[in-house]
Order: sequence, then C-alpha cells, then structure tokens
Amino acid sequence: MTLSRREFLQALAAAAAAGLPLAARAQAAGEAFYDLPVFGNVSLLHFTDCHAQLLPVSFREPSVNLGVGEGANRPPHLVGEALLKHFGISPGTREAHAFSHLDFARAAGKYGKLGGFAQLATLVKKLRAGRVASLLLDGGDTWQGSATSLWTRGQDMIEAQKLLGVDIMTGHWEFTYGAARVMEVLEKDFAGRIEFLAQNVETSDFGDPVFKPYTLRNLGGVPVAVIGQAFPYTPIAHPRRFVPDWKFGIEERRLQRIADEVRAGNGGKAGAQVVVLLSHNGMDVDLKLASRVTGVDVILGGHTHDGVPVPVVVSNAKGRTLVTNAGSHGKFLAVLDLDVKGGRISDYRYRLLPVFANLLRSDRDMAGLIEAKRAPYREKLAERLAVSETLLYRRGNFNGTMDQLILDALMEVKGAEIALSPGFRWGATIVPGEAITYEQVMNQTAITYPRVVVTRMSGETIKANLEDICDNLFNPDPYYQQGGDMVRVGGMSYSCDPNARRGGRIADMRLAGRPIEAGKTYKVASWAPVGEGVRDENPDEPIWDLLARYLRDRKSIAPRKLNVPRLIGVKGNRGLA
Amino acid sequence: MDAKRREVLKTGGGVLALAAAGVIRPGDALGQEWNKAAFDTKSVAETVKALGASGSTPSSGVEITAPDIAENGAVVPIAVESKLPRTEAIAILIEKNPNTLSAEFAIPSGTDPFVSTRVKMAETSNIYALVVADGKYFHAVKEIKVTIGGCGG
Repeated sequence: MTLSRREFLQALAAAAAAGLPLAARAQAAGEAFYDLPVFGNVSLLHFTDCHAQLLPVSFREPSVNLGVGEGANRPPHLVGEALLKHFGISPGTREAHAFSHLDFARAAGKYGKLGGFAQLATLVKKLRAGRVASLLLDGGDTWQGSATSLWTRGQDMIEAQKLLGVDIMTGHWEFTYGAARVMEVLEKDFAGRIEFLAQNVETSDFGDPVFKPYTLRNLGGVPVAVIGQAFPYTPIAHPRRFVPDWKFGIEERRLQRIADEVRAGNGGKAGAQVVVLLSHNGMDVDLKLASRVTGVDVILGGHTHDGVPVPVVVSNAKGRTLVTNAGSHGKFLAVLDLDVKGGRISDYRYRLLPVFANLLRSDRDMAGLIEAKRAPYREKLAERLAVSETLLYRRGNFNGTMDQLILDALMEVKGAEIALSPGFRWGATIVPGEAITYEQVMNQTAITYPRVVVTRMSGETIKANLEDICDNLFNPDPYYQQGGDMVRVGGMSYSCDPNARRGGRIADMRLAGRPIEAGKTYKVASWAPVGEGVRDENPDEPIWDLLARYLRDRKSIAPRKLNVPRLIGVKGNRGLA
Repeated sequence: MDAKRREVLKTGGGVLALAAAGVIRPGDALGQEWNKAAFDTKSVAETVKALGASGSTPSSGVEITAPDIAENGAVVPIAVESKLPRTEAIAILIEKNPNTLSAEFAIPSGTDPFVSTRVKMAETSNIYALVVADGKYFHAVKEIKVTIGGCGG
C-alpha cells in the first residue's frame, strides 16, 4: 500500500498546530494526504465507471468476488482480509475501508463518503499542477447511473467531464442512449475537447471503424499513444436496438496491428514511446489480452469495478504489460507516473488514490455546475420514501441486500413466485439509518430499458437462463465472460458450482422447499429485458415506479433475508469472505 | 464511416461495376455441383468423411476470424484464411447445428484462400474450418458462444 497513515497523521498534527478551524484543518491535512512525490516525466491520471455519481457516495466493495480457473485467488479475485493481506493494507484503516467491505457501516460513519466530482476536481487540479505533462483518462460508464444523467441523456456528466479536464474516454453504458446520441455528443460537445476512442467498434455491414481507434499525444516531448477499447459485448449485454448497425468485439488482432503501427511511426512521424490501452474490457479479459498482445505498456482498465491498489505485471512474447483496474463510482483516482528514458519506460509509480470527500475541498466551479444541473430536479430527487434500518448494498457475485429489496418488491407487487434482477455492479450503498430518497432509487435503476416484465416461464427455461448468465460470470476463459455479476434470484433457492462446466453449475432449484419441475410453468417478475419481443403480461411500467411505491407504503425497511445460492466447491477460495 | 461507399453499393450499380471490372465472373457461383451428401450430414466425423477425408490434422496455417460471443446467433460472421500452399477447398462446420456443414468453397488456383460468410447457430458450439491443401486435410477449431444475454457491469 502506498498511502502512508503516518504521513497523514503528521500532516493532521501540523495543520492543528497551525491553528486552523476543525473542518479546514481536516481538509488541509487531507490534501497533504494527497501529496504524491512527483516522479518521471509523463503522468496518466485515470478514473473509470463513475456511473454518473456527481456527489460523494458510500460504496461497499464485494465480499464475494470468486475467481475461477487461472483467475482463482489472484487479483482482482481477492476480497476482505485476503485482499488487505495481499496488498499489505492494515485492517481498520482508511485504506481498508476504501478497498474492502470489512465492517462497512461503522467504517463509513468514521471515514465518510468517497468520490464526488467537486472533490475529484480539486484532486485532479492538485496532481496535474505538480506534473510536467499529464493526461486525464476516463474509462467510460460515465453518462449512466443516476437520475439526472438519465433525465438529461448524459448531459450533466458530459459537462462535468469537460470541466474536470478529461482528455480521452472510451465507453460502455454510454451506448445505451443510442448511437445517434453518442455521435451527437462527439460532434457537438466533445469536438476539440475530449477524444472518444474505440478500436473495437465497426459498422456491421462493411466493417468500417465507427470511432477513432487511437490518438498520439506529445507529452513533454514524449510521444504517447492511447488506444481505446470499448466494452466488447455491448449489443449482447444490452438490447440490440440501441446500436443496431455497430459490431463490437475484443478485436485482439486489430489491437496488435495498431500497437505495432503506433510504435513504428510513419511518414517521418516518430513512433510512440509509451503505448496505453484505455480499456472497458473488464480485468480478467485485460489480463488475458495482455498475455497475448505485445507492445502495449499499460492497460488502464475498468468495467469490472475492481479497486486494485497495485498493477498486475503480465509477461508476453516480447515484454511485459501493466494491467490496472481503478474501481468505480468516483471512489478512486489512479495516478501512473512514468519515467521515459531513451525511448522507453524505464520505471514507474502507481497509486490508486481513494477520494475521501472530507479530506478534499469542494472545487467551486465544479460544485456550481453540479448545483445548476441538479436544480431543476431538486424536489423530486429529495423525496424521502423510507428509512433503511439496514445496510443496503448491491455489489457481489450473488444477491446483495439492495437487490433483495428489489426482488421482494417485485414478487410482492406482481404476485410472482419468482423474481429476477440483473447482476449490475453499479448502485451505491445505503447505511443503516439513512433515508432512501427517490434519488437513491434511481441510483439503483436508472437505465434506458427499465421495464418490469411478468412472464410464465417453465422450470427448464429458468434453469437455462441461470446457466447462461452463470457462464457469463464463471467461464474459465475470460474472453467468454461479460463482466456482470450473477442474476439476482428471489423466491427460488438453488445451488451453484462455479467451477463446473457450462450447463452444469446450477442445481437443486426449489420453490418453498419443493423441487422446480422442468415442465411446469412459474410466474416470474423481472426488469430490464434485453431480448426484443419478450412476451409479457405487464403494462409498461419502469422499475423505479414500482420500487418507489413499495418503499412509500412501508416507510421503514427492515433487514433483508438474503437469498444466496448454496455454493459448491469454493471452500478456501480467497474471493469469498 | 464511409457513407458514400454504402450509398453507391445500395443502388446496385456497384455490383454491376464490380462485375464489369472482372471481379465477379458470372457463373462462378454455379461452377460447383451441390454436394448434397455432405450438406445432409449430422456430425463432424460424418461431414469430414462425406468431404472425402478419413481424418484431418490441426494446423496453425488455418485461421478462423469469428466472435467469441455471437451478437446474434442468426447471423454469425465467420471468416477463414488458409496459409497452406495449394489450398483447394475450405469448408465451415458447426458441430451442434442440426446439419453440420454450413459452407463449402472451392478455391481455384491463383485465388487467395480467404472466405467470409454468415452462418446461423442454434446454440453455443465449436466451429471447424476444414481446409484441403495439396490433397491433404487440415483444420482449425474455435468455440462461439451463443447467449441469451443480459446484465453488464
């Protein structure tokens, strides 16, 4: 771990001695906490998957993040104490709170919320001011995840990105606003300001590139190439209709061609001395990619929301590649300082800085922008629907308490025996005693295909669906993983063997103790349908309406009984706390 | 995106122009007899046999370009390139399709042994690219996942 607690306490003592008032004292000390010694001559700042969280949030890291095959027991598949031990983080510290789920509610009370664009802006300015040449890279999933982003089709975030000084981004959920909206933003808002890069999106008909694949920047005399890699499975994980004419994929061979091309240089243009892939593949995919593609120095990764404090160094046929993943929800800002000498990287320093909101001043311009963007919706956002008596979180391979609440609401309101809810990895955490506002409901549900669906499904179909989604999570070959968590299941119990072969992981499916029958049909409520033309008995109703109504009727939310599968064959797996 | 090229081809005039330039020779598509026996086969082993081989050897000289996960099982893009000298034919086999053989291409001498097509896949399956080169049989294999989809990070 790179952040020294001792240094922080020393800075706090110094601020106290200077006689500053308490809040300012904490912030002055806090900003000292972010005094990273300048290193090298090229710096890359990176954040990813902020999911449109303009304000600081609580976000509980997973207690279940199982690795399978080669991914078992290695980053990012370490949780809780195993994670702290691996990275040398002391339990009970600020850093332990940022990187793990341990003692979450109590630690959240002690260390406060993380992230927030006004705080992030202060940190970015501070770090860039001390560095000769830097780029700010945004790994995507920036325009989606909040009420205001959904209601403005990403516009609040787009303006925040520009004010923050983002230089380059790639995308994933951005595409769920539709191809036309993405192109409109690139042409109007981003022109001359932010480059949107993706080497792995092409037109379905002729295979023409949709986006600029890479950019070459001169950073203090060092030619740096940044290649973009959008989420490779966008039209599979989301309804196809948003991007009907675009084809996605990992496109490993094209990436290799680009890496070779930018290194070689052409037409008198010097070749890149640093080659970076700004990736939304997910960390397991990036680790495999790094072992197969040569000439990429660094993969700055996202999608899987893994807060990994130290880069993984991957060897390949011609050298090595650093692979990072920078967490989510604005909790972290990654700083990669490179010392480039004699045409190559000779050394580096990497820090994944947790953005503690109470240690950073709020940047006035950014705070003003956020205020202005929220103003038209303030009343609606602030509506208190209920108070939670319990910790409500989503992230983890199987049901979290927040999804359990959604499943319980679906089953009760729709009179369904079984409920299914998508295994999204975004959605902030609510601590015990905190009010559940309309805004927080939207933080769990704000998507462009929010429809509640009620269907009759056969036991066989339910099993096939569960197996299919389970394989997207636990296929031992990362290229066949999609980077979401397991679908959340309400009402029905089951067992799951993550290491089994496809089609054989799910067993012992039961409803109220009785085995699910393959040929019998069951009433199933779910939301966020991906397939077109889902047969359905439900009027067009977005999930947030149903959930808000359910909460208003209750006022107080008691602890949930978690319906998690009985896990088989994962004893001793360090991705399980 | 090259909108102009797309518009030209959409008019159909493009096809005529290509034919006029000699890229497409009328009659090419009819140059081969329909191999009914092979297209009726139900397993990889049967197909290989129907195509005249007793077996085939895995080869790195056969390269498949196809998605790891299909975006749409009804139209899965598959391209096969052979780097083997004297390639005479390329066939595409989908192990779990009701009829295994999806396509068979004759490669006249002097032609680049590269073919690209779209196939329909009912479920996740291995696909085989079978190449006849210098009278011998070689293949490459790749799994393509056909998924119901859903739920990204």
